[in-house]
This record gives sequence, C-alpha cells and structure tokens, in this order.
Amino acid sequence: MRLEYFQMIDKVLELDLEARTLRTANTVPDESPIFEGHFPGHPLLPGVLLFEIMAQSCGMLLLRLHNYDRMAFLASVDKGKLRTFVTPGQIIEVFARMEHDGSGYARLKAEGRVEGKLVCNADITLKTMPFPAPELRGYLLSTAERIAMPMGDAAGNEAAGEARSGNLTHV
Amino acid sequence: MSTTFETVANIIAETCDIPRENITPESHAIDDLGIDSLDFLDIAFAIDKAFGIKLPLEQWTQEVNEGKATTEQYFVLKNLCARIDELIAAKTA
Repeated sequence: MRLEYFQMIDKVLELDLEARTLRTANTVPDESPIFEGHFPGHPLLPGVLLFEIMAQSCGMLLLRLHNYDRMAFLASVDKGKLRTFVTPGQIIEVFARMEHDGSGYARLKAEGRVEGKLVCNADITLKTMPFPAPELRGYLLSTAERIAMPMGDAAGNEAAGEARSGNLTHV
Repeated sequence: MSTTFETVANIIAETCDIPRENITPESHAIDDLGIDSLDFLDIAFAIDKAFGIKLPLEQWTQEVNEGKATTEQYFVLKNLCARIDELIAAKTA
C-alpha cells in the first residue's frame, strides 16, 4: 500500500469470474506520516482506509467483470463494521463478492481478514458510468497489470501470479 | 398492478423511512416523496431483487436528460410499476 496516494491494493490472489468474486492481499506499510497522527505511540490504520481497501477491491472486481469499459465510484457503505485494530506491517486479505450488477450501479459485499481473523466488513454500493477521461481507463488497465489481475476470458477460478514489487492500484 | 405497487410502496417506505400512508400510485418519487438519486439506488436494488429484473436506470436517466422523456414517465409510482410489470412480462415471455 501507498497510503498517501490511496493506492491500497497490492496484489490479486484469486479471481472467480463465474462466482464473481475477488481476493486481494494488501500490506499495511511499516511507516507512514499517517501514523504520526493516528496515533502517536499507538499507530493504527484509520478505519476509513479499511473501507477504502474494501471499496477498491470491489471496484477492481467490477471493472474486471465489465472488461474495463466503465468506471466505478464509491456511492455508499452500508452495515460497515470495524472489528479490531489493524497495525503497521499486517497483511489484510480482502474478499469481494458481486451481489447485484444493476443498471448504473452495483451492490457488493466485502470483508477483510488479518491472519484469518475478520477485521472489517461492509456492503458496498458503486455507481458505474463511462470513463470520464480516456487516460483513466489506461491507468486502470496498467494498474490491473501491476496487481496481477488475471485477464483471461475463461470463466472460473484463476489464480494470480506471484506478487511483484510495486503492485499498487487506485480505483 | 396492485401487488407490484404494494411491494414498491413498502420498499420505499422501508428504504427511505417514509410513512407508508404518504405513498400513493400518484406520488412522484422525486418531487413528492423527496427521494434523491442515491436513495433511489437503494430502492432500485430492492426492486431488482424483489422482482428479479434490472431497472434500466441509465437508459431512463439518459432519456430524461436528452428531453426524450419526462421524469413523470418513470418516477410517478403508477408509471414505475407499469414499467416493472413490463420488465417482468418480458422476462417470463
């Protein structure tokens, strides 16, 4: 993660096009200016960034399902829960599942785990629309490559390749 | 029609915390009930799930923005319910 740039996703662990699910791995950096204020002597990943990690994982799933022909924007977070502290150095594994792909919006469920323990979950609504700027689509395609998003056409489980350094994304 | 309306009215009442008795077939979702676009996403989600359809919100919005349709055609509840019935019929045809 590069928190200051809202680049939250490090790599894709698994994409299932048929089940419409995505798992991502995301490592909280050991150091960040954010931890200087949140909080002195007790660094914690801010809860809003846990929601951002879930939202970005949902967004990357939606973009992949739509073959990057639309952009997704966060519209609402329902039933959001922050269940325990997340600290520097921990790896958050996020599972996102498409619940309903509507017209101009989508509803997804997401949860984050650290070492198998549930740390956060929420129902995420994304608004979808054509890309407002052409360079944005190119940026997201390059981002998908960096996070090792499987890009094959076949439905079914696709295991992502090994993580590469600098695997970052921004939705 | 009545079943569709009852379902939609109950969804709106629950989703937007609007008294059920204030919701009639003549109610305009936006102008009369004060439902904004974000709340309408929640309503659309509940309607899609309840009826197994996909409200074409993007198409409707585009038609309204281009002056090809009025908001009354889609957002007065009796008209919305008629559209829902059409979508259900098209699904089962």
